[in-house]
Amino acid sequence: MEILVASSIAVLTACGIYLVLRSHTFPVILGISLLSYAVNIFLFASGRLVQHLPPILNKYGEGSYTDPLPQALVLTAIVISFGMTALVVMIALGAFLSSDEDRIDMNDSPETGDSS
Amino acid sequence: MSHLIILPVVLPALVAPFILMAIRHHLDLQRIFSVAGTLALVGVAFILAGQAADGDIQVYELGDWRAPFGIVLVLDRLSALMVLLTSLLALAIVLYAIGTGWDKRGHHFHALFQFQLMGVAGAFLTGDAFNLFVFFEVLLIASYGLMIHGGGAERLRAGVQYVVFNLLGSTLFLFALGTIYAVTGTLNMADLAERVSSLSTEDTALIRVGAILLLLVFSIKAAVLPLHFWLPGSYANAPAPVAAFFAIMTKVGAYAILRMYTLVFGPDEPVSKGLVGDWLLPASLLTLAIGMIGVFGARDIAKLVAFAAIGSMGTLMIAISIFTPVSAGAAVYYIMHSTLATAMMFLIADLVIERRGRALQPSLRMPQSGLISAVFFAGAVAMAGMPPLSGFLGKIAVLQASYGVPEQALIWAVILVTSLVAIMGFARAGGIIFWKTLDPQEPDDVSDTDLHTDLTEAKSPIVALPFVACFGLLAGLVALTIFAGPALQYSEATAAQLFDPSSYIDAVLGGAEK
Repeated sequence: MEILVASSIAVLTACGIYLVLRSHTFPVILGISLLSYAVNIFLFASGRLVQHLPPILNKYGEGSYTDPLPQALVLTAIVISFGMTALVVMIALGAFLSSDEDRIDMNDSPETGDSS
Repeated sequence: MSHLIILPVVLPALVAPFILMAIRHHLDLQRIFSVAGTLALVGVAFILAGQAADGDIQVYELGDWRAPFGIVLVLDRLSALMVLLTSLLALAIVLYAIGTGWDKRGHHFHALFQFQLMGVAGAFLTGDAFNLFVFFEVLLIASYGLMIHGGGAERLRAGVQYVVFNLLGSTLFLFALGTIYAVTGTLNMADLAERVSSLSTEDTALIRVGAILLLLVFSIKAAVLPLHFWLPGSYANAPAPVAAFFAIMTKVGAYAILRMYTLVFGPDEPVSKGLVGDWLLPASLLTLAIGMIGVFGARDIAKLVAFAAIGSMGTLMIAISIFTPVSAGAAVYYIMHSTLATAMMFLIADLVIERRGRALQPSLRMPQSGLISAVFFAGAVAMAGMPPLSGFLGKIAVLQASYGVPEQALIWAVILVTSLVAIMGFARAGGIIFWKTLDPQEPDDVSDTDLHTDLTEAKSPIVALPFVACFGLLAGLVALTIFAGPALQYSEATAAQLFDPSSYIDAVLGGAEK
């Protein structure tokens, strides 16, 4: 199971990094989403992978348990990355509609830099 | 347990939704409440700084959960100082935004600004690494909104870059935290410090990876050289008051490095020995050099100030990366100077841009040229680190701190040469902006800038307020110079506290048993 989870994180991260390095906003946003999936699984796995165990200590103190903290962390991370992705889509859409251009790089000559 | 510690987080967190929900259509009320909230924050910050000044470390346990299990806020000298600096800066910027009418060029400026204040104050106060991440996100998401405030195609595109870069930074932050948690099983900073120091030396590969990942994250925030790409484009295209407030955001990165790499991954810790300083110092030297060369080469006033901000971060990071108590003291002093000076330069750049356009080329003489040139001159003196202002004292302190370090010759050479480059760069910019004015009789490309001037004259109803903000920041710099003795003493005491992590750990973990 470990090798499966680890390699899926690796593949997600690799795809994410490849997409992030593209020059248009849409693949970049997809890349960010993939990266955030990868990091969510990674965080989840940082509490060790176990099966069929409760996320709380048994009241008799017997047996093992799965670490509940990474689950809480991952929940926070999911909410944040979800919100951020929605936000970046909106900003990218605004940028595309107002400049008819969805390249992520900008030319920075001072003539075109005036926006105030 | 005093509840005052959490007030810098709670107060903006209450003011912001109130502005957003109850008075969203009343700009005047928004302004009143925003200023009042910020003023109250200044007051709270002063009280907190007074409490922290005697060297006590106060711990606030949220929900009364004991330290390694619950989240704690920790008030020591450094965090109190940073909160105070944030609140003073915020006050100047709110006044500037109101005075220039920036706050009515888009919606929700004041609400977003308060949210950002909450994030920054929280990041400075928290004693928990994951909580630090959360507050980073709070301040970032508010800053995304502020960054594109006012709209415009160019600004939106710069905003996309800024958001994407910071999202990548956040992802990296999570990877770092996951790695650290996997090794230590805790994210409370004091608890981390204890566990990291008790790790056996064979077991440290993974935690070292985590430490370096974390350093990368904070370096992105602090715009240290290979990771500075986002800064010039974003800051130059952000609305001016926002760019000025971002002066404290780069310092959040510097603060986090200073905190984590003295407390958790200390310079004498066997786990992290030679891990950070050796890499950070060359990067900081390069940051300083690139920043000041950028000042010399910029063709755009806002870019010029953005590069000056990078340069001043470089100086600050040099002081931090030496990692001795003396250098950390210099760094703390330089943080105060650099924040005020950078913010002031962004505001002045905006005053200039509003009157003559942002390209660094001769144009018509602008209104209030004399007054603006005076503050520009003072700001340039401060940024370049010339006497008599505090930049000079800060640089001397940094030079002094590097005395006896193996790389001393290199550090001195870079700092002194870049100071010269910065002086030339600012002199060139000032000469073009204020002296090379076109004759109004000559018709070449005048009509464009003329139109611009007319537009902005109509836009700024309260003319005095922007200058009040600029001179307020300048007064801060002057105060830092006049009261350099006490300020440096406070900085040294702060550094001493940082390099004695046991008091921090005892305060956080020991307080739990009471």
